[in-house]
Amino acid sequence: MSFELVFFTIVTASTPFLLAALGELVTERAGVLNLGVEGMMAMGAACGFAAAITFDSNAIGVLCGVIAGAVTSAVFALAVLGFAANQVGSGLALTIFGMGVSGMIGSQFVGMKRVQIAAIQIPGLSELPFIGRPLFAQDIFVYFSFILTALVAWYLSRTRSGLMLRAVGENHSSARALGLPVRRTRLCAILFGGACAGLAGSYLSLAYTGFWSANMTASKGWIAVLLVVFAAWRPGRLIVGAYIFGAASVLQLHAQAAQFGIPSQLLTSVPYVVTIVALVILAWRYGRNAGAPGSLANPYISDR
Amino acid sequence: MRTAAPIAALLLAFGVAGLVIAILGKSPVAAFHVYVIGSLSDAWAIQELMVKAAPLIMIAIGLSYCFRANLWNIGAEGQFVIGGLFGGWLAITFHGSDWTYVWPIMLLVGAVAGACYALIPAFLKVRFGANEILTSLMLVNIGQLFLDYMVRGQLRDPRGMNFPQSVAFDPSATLPTIWGSDRVHLGFIFALVAVVLTMIVGGRSIFGYRLRLTGDAPKAAQFAGFSSKTTTLLAFAISGSLAGLAGVCEVSGQIGQLQPTISPGYGFTAVTVAFLGRLHPVGIVLSGLVLALVMIGGENAQIMLKLPLDLTTAFQGLLLLFVLSADAVVSYQFRFVMGGRRR
Repeated sequence: MSFELVFFTIVTASTPFLLAALGELVTERAGVLNLGVEGMMAMGAACGFAAAITFDSNAIGVLCGVIAGAVTSAVFALAVLGFAANQVGSGLALTIFGMGVSGMIGSQFVGMKRVQIAAIQIPGLSELPFIGRPLFAQDIFVYFSFILTALVAWYLSRTRSGLMLRAVGENHSSARALGLPVRRTRLCAILFGGACAGLAGSYLSLAYTGFWSANMTASKGWIAVLLVVFAAWRPGRLIVGAYIFGAASVLQLHAQAAQFGIPSQLLTSVPYVVTIVALVILAWRYGRNAGAPGSLANPYISDR
Repeated sequence: MRTAAPIAALLLAFGVAGLVIAILGKSPVAAFHVYVIGSLSDAWAIQELMVKAAPLIMIAIGLSYCFRANLWNIGAEGQFVIGGLFGGWLAITFHGSDWTYVWPIMLLVGAVAGACYALIPAFLKVRFGANEILTSLMLVNIGQLFLDYMVRGQLRDPRGMNFPQSVAFDPSATLPTIWGSDRVHLGFIFALVAVVLTMIVGGRSIFGYRLRLTGDAPKAAQFAGFSSKTTTLLAFAISGSLAGLAGVCEVSGQIGQLQPTISPGYGFTAVTVAFLGRLHPVGIVLSGLVLALVMIGGENAQIMLKLPLDLTTAFQGLLLLFVLSADAVVSYQFRFVMGGRRR
């Protein structure tokens, strides 16, 4: 097996992590902890695939996946913004809800197969040795994930609206006193997070595999939540984290295929073990909440 | 108001579920009949309900210790699996021996195994500050994979035609059924004992006060001299031991052998049970019975009405969202403001 092929699969496996984590990062920077990424991703995967089959169009499929993620997150937004419900519990509930609804939708499309979304070769660059094919002969999602990372980084640090979003996340009472629209900002951030998770989900069913199967998200949404902590809430570092976890999940698949005699269950558990180890090292090295937005997971209750 | 909120949430969730069933082209009335009436109609159905409710109540009671102290143990499913695995391991080890009472030791081993497994995220939290939500959840996946590995490997029945399952447990390793019943095992009694003990501990002991104080006012708890680290470890150990006990009861009393999967998601459903019961022992018994009814109803509806089993999962998620939202309706004063601008 060539180095090129391994690197190629690492890039494709890392992309859903990066896309979903970018959305969660923006949500958390606005002060909302949405643990429902797994559920929103599952909705994106099921609805995206269902729409692509029904309308025989990848574009409509991806669009529906994104909308499904955003609509699912709107349910969460209603609970935590409208009713000031506990964010940890509501996020968990959203995951359960999303897994159930996506299972109902997806079960009607089990066994169907679509051709995966085609790769786009970038002329010239894709001819480069070693890094050419893995980086410049990928599908549009891969390129978009990098563009989106740059856009999010730029938005959070260089735009007025991005700074307002961060102010809302750091201290919602002060933000309110400055006259910033706390709830509206948070609503937009939650919907963006849902849309990104939906996009990551539709990537799984439409580009990564080309089919839908029950539980195909396999804790990827939870790892996306971890990645935000891993990146210390900075978009640039998300790329590093996403590629480490992408590598962990792909290398175990290659190891299973190579049949080293290691039990498959042990290899499957590698990404989960890496998650726990990463959490411990991060907390130990940087303290409990280094870099976390000040108002993260605190419900906002206006007293006037 | 305090009891009205979960009931309102439950009715609302049933209403939405009825609407979805109607959209799917089935009669909500027929579905209600299958879900509720069918599951309560005869003695056999009532016994089935008790068998399903026992693990839910036991796990949820354990979770209430953590949730009261604002500790997010999401890994009860994994603690359940590990409890069942180690308890079952003992049954397989003593298979064919002339011991009469293997099951009491199994219960002990299962509870201790569950507690130890729950102490992993607790230890990582108090020692390193690692977030317990993610660590406990990842340990669920790891626990399930470990069970799968053991049942396909070392613990597989050598004469089982290569099926991934262990030997059937001896009668000495099988949990006795309660008097007058052929299906309901001692697990249901243990669940009720846990309920009563928790009522005493929660309402009448310094430890119960300590848990609530740690959850509601961590600073005050610190000033009162309660170590948050000890509280965390204790709450997780209690929670894990009850989940592990539920796991070994399921394996020993209900399944009778080890299989690659031993839980239909009891550990996750129990989170909804705990919150629907407002973390109160009596409330948890009632909500445990309700969700057991929903689980059985879901299976019946799949067979009789061809309704997808995932509908039950979606219903549980929605119910939990409604319950948490209803909490706020009770806790805060609501005021609707037109256009969002004041004065």
